[in-house]
Amino acid sequence: MLWILQRASAVVLAFCVMVHLGSIIYAVQGGLTAAEILGRTRGNAGWLAFYCVFVLAVSVHAPIGLRTVFIEWLRWRGRSRDVVLLLFSGVLAWTGMRAVLAVFA
Amino acid sequence: MKVSVWKGGAEGGFHEFDVPRHPSQTVLDVVTYIQRSLDPTLAYRFACRVGMCGSCAMTVNGVPRWTCRTHVDRVARDDRLRIGPLKNLPVIRDLVTDMREFFDKWARAKGQFKGERTRNDDFHQVKPSSLERLKVEAGIECIGCGVCYSACDVVAWNPDYLGPAALNRAWTLVKDERDRARLERLRAVAGDAGCHSCHTHMSCTERCPKHISPTVSIAGLKREILKTTIQGKF
Amino acid sequence: MKRESSYWAAIVHRVSGIALALFLPLHFWALSTALEMDAFLEWTRQPLVKLGEWAIVVALAAHLAGGLRVLALEFLPWHDRQRTLAATAAGLAVAVGLAFALAL
Repeated sequence: MLWILQRASAVVLAFCVMVHLGSIIYAVQGGLTAAEILGRTRGNAGWLAFYCVFVLAVSVHAPIGLRTVFIEWLRWRGRSRDVVLLLFSGVLAWTGMRAVLAVFA
Repeated sequence: MKVSVWKGGAEGGFHEFDVPRHPSQTVLDVVTYIQRSLDPTLAYRFACRVGMCGSCAMTVNGVPRWTCRTHVDRVARDDRLRIGPLKNLPVIRDLVTDMREFFDKWARAKGQFKGERTRNDDFHQVKPSSLERLKVEAGIECIGCGVCYSACDVVAWNPDYLGPAALNRAWTLVKDERDRARLERLRAVAGDAGCHSCHTHMSCTERCPKHISPTVSIAGLKREILKTTIQGKF
Repeated sequence: MKRESSYWAAIVHRVSGIALALFLPLHFWALSTALEMDAFLEWTRQPLVKLGEWAIVVALAAHLAGGLRVLALEFLPWHDRQRTLAATAAGLAVAVGLAFALAL
C-alpha cells in the first residue's frame, strides 16, 4: 500500500538525489550557460533514462508525503483530497517528463 | 511556591494556589495538599502513589508525567508549577480525563490475546530466551497509563490514530507465539489510523515512565505488515 | 512542552518536504521552457534567486537526512536514538558541504 510505495520510492530517490546533487555541483563549477549545459545533456540516453526514473519516483513520493500533511495539518477528509493529490502526481509526472525531454532528448 | 492548576472541564482556567515547599516533595503531594487544605472541590485521580499503577498521570509544565514519581525539585522552575489534565483526552473535571477513547482504541487495535488452548490442555511454554519473546521484553510492561498517548503529536493531529499504547500492545501480541489472531490484528493496525501514521517523533519513547519504546514496537509492526504483504498473505 | 531531537528532525523533514513539493513544479517548468534562453540564466544570478536556490538545496539535503533517519528507525535493529543523532549529523554535514560547494 501507500507506505510501501513511499518507502520504496524513498530508497530510489535517496540514490537519485545524491547522484543529482553530485552532478549539479560538478556541472556548476566554472559558471553556467545554456549552451554548456545542453551541449552535455542533449542526446544522452543514459542520463535520459536516469531522469525518467527520477521523475517517476518523485511523482509517487511527493503526493504520498503531502497526503499525510493534508490529513494531519489541513484536516482534509474525503475523496477530494486524494483526487487533488492524484492530479498533483500527474502534474509532476507531466511537467517532469517535459523537462527531461527538453534537456536530454 | 505558586502552583497553577486547571479547574473546570473543556472550558475552564488555571487557578493559582500558594503551596508550601518541602524537600522530597512530589507533584502528587502538591495536588493532594491543595485538595485537602485549599480547594476541596479539586478532582484528581491517584491510587498506589508509588509508581506502579499509572493513575496519577497529569500534565506537569506541559509534559505528561506520573505525578507521584515527579519530584517538585526536578520540575519547578522559579518556584512555579503548572498542573493540568492529560492532553489528547476529554476532560471530565479539573485533572480527571475520560480514558474511554484510550481503551477503545486498545480494543480496536485488537489488543486482546486469543489463544487456542483450554484449561484441559497443558501450559504452552514460551522460552524466555526465544527471539520473539525478547523483542517484546520491554513492551509487555505497559500498564496503560496514557502518558504516551498524551505525548503523541499524531494523536493530537489525527483523531483516528490508535496511538502508541494500543499499537505497542498489538505488537506484543503479534510476537506472542501462543496467539492465534495475528492476521486479524495486523489488518486492524495497518493504515492511516494505525502504525503507518507513526512519524517517529518518539515523544512516546521519551515520556514512557516504564522506558518502553512504542516507536520501536510500531516499527516492528510496519516490518511485519510489509513481510506479510510480500508473502501475499495480507 | 519540552521537545526532544526526534520531534525537530521530523518537523524539519516535513517542512522541507512541503517546500520541495511546492518548488518542484516550478523547477520542471523552468527547465523545460527556459534553458534555451541565456536571459533566464542571467536572472538566476540575482542574489535573491541564489538565496532561494541555496535554500532549496539545503531543504533537499535536510529532507534526505530526515528520510534516512526514518528508514533507519523503521528497518534497522538499533534501539536508541543514536539514529537521530547520526542522521542529523549526516544531514548537517551534507547541507553545509553543499552550501559551500555551490559557493553561492
